[in-house]
Amino acid sequence: MKESTPGNVLEELLRSGQFVVTAEVSPPDSANPDDVLAAAGKLSEVADALNVTDAAGANCHISSFATCVILEQVGHQVVLQMTCRDRNRIALQGDLLGASVVGIKNVLCLTGDDVVIGDQPQAKRVFDFDSIQLLRTAKSMRDEGIFLSGRKLSTPPKLFLGAAANPFVEPFDYRPLRLAKKIQAGADFIQTQYCFDVQRFKQYMERVRDLGLHEKCFIIVGVGPLRSEKSAEFLRTKIPGVFIPELIMARMRKTPDSKQREEGKKICVEIIQQVLDERGVAGIHVMAYKQEDIVGEILDEAGLLPRPGKEYLQ
Amino acid sequence: MAALGRLRNHPGWLEISYQLVDRLFKQLDPMIRKIGYHRVDRWLRFPERIAKQVVFDCQMCGQCTLHFTGMTCPMTCPKNLRNGPCGGVRSNKHCEVKPEMNCVWVEAYERAIRMKIYGSGFHSIQAPLNRQLEGSSAFVNLLRSENDGISRAWKSIEGESLQ
Repeated sequence: MKESTPGNVLEELLRSGQFVVTAEVSPPDSANPDDVLAAAGKLSEVADALNVTDAAGANCHISSFATCVILEQVGHQVVLQMTCRDRNRIALQGDLLGASVVGIKNVLCLTGDDVVIGDQPQAKRVFDFDSIQLLRTAKSMRDEGIFLSGRKLSTPPKLFLGAAANPFVEPFDYRPLRLAKKIQAGADFIQTQYCFDVQRFKQYMERVRDLGLHEKCFIIVGVGPLRSEKSAEFLRTKIPGVFIPELIMARMRKTPDSKQREEGKKICVEIIQQVLDERGVAGIHVMAYKQEDIVGEILDEAGLLPRPGKEYLQ
Repeated sequence: MAALGRLRNHPGWLEISYQLVDRLFKQLDPMIRKIGYHRVDRWLRFPERIAKQVVFDCQMCGQCTLHFTGMTCPMTCPKNLRNGPCGGVRSNKHCEVKPEMNCVWVEAYERAIRMKIYGSGFHSIQAPLNRQLEGSSAFVNLLRSENDGISRAWKSIEGESLQ
């Protein structure tokens, strides 16, 4: 693989072969920059880079771009999540260039949740691009120095390009091939949907290794703690693409209400340990919506702290 | 909805018909060019729309990619995805956006693996749509893009053979 871009900590760590930890930050509903910093708060101490969601679940929040700018300014490494749901190709290419110009080094190219699951289902869905077209366009801007139209850029953007993968939904046997397609389109790294079904993940990785894909991109596995039986049920039924096996649901159900949070945390640590044993896994991506405070404990228990170059104070 | 939609479950026949029509158009190309692509496009729009609507629920994007997408129209995916299923497919293989509908791309994949002629094209990367071609004849557009050099914004690249 190529040399990493100077100053890109995430890329450097991945290329040096160390397990990385990324964590998801949800931009708040506020025009106060302090709220943005608070949202990143503790997560920045325990993660190598922070993913900033782009109106996740099609709900309005501070834009991913503005949040990333603020976090970059105070020295956090960010992964700008960019979806095709709200912007057309002109806006997306402008944002890719804009991201690089303000110092954002990592971009995660996504299709995006549909508007119907958000708080404003009346909105017009754009989807002028899909995630693969966005990736390929970003790659040609970076590597060939051209816009989609072929018009030249005087300085191409320096971006480490990411894509999402979901091994846990149908058609299962196609999912590894879809990963290959994303790599061909330009993905340098992959972040997966929540992994609760380790068995399925292992089958997926087996095929990924057969195809040699783990050598062509860095695979970061999505994990997260379940807060309660109720929130597990919500995640499973309301969030598209999240699969939680019956075994885990039963474990949550069996646990008394007051201990469910602890159990969810325990399950998360177990899953992390199991996926990190899998050959070809480059790191984990923690999505702990409204549970950001326990991410440090989870990573500590999984033996992933302290992070390189960071001090972890419990 | 497509009145003859069930035909889509026979992707083998459909890809043969597609290949025949494609060859026919290429044979007739010199004549069509003489008559003028614009004129032929005007004549063909309506019959092409009807024929493709009854089978594929065609949305007339003008850049038909049916043969590479399991003879299943990707424009019937609510997100208009051109490059495969999103990550929101439900466990019953239904659509994230319309829970009552089968995922278009799951169907496309299951049909593509049964297709001998164009099946592997499923893995090729499809270019972004040229929205200026919406509503026009896809077959004529194909000929025009090959002859007049009318840019297709970004030429699709063939995927590596994976299976």
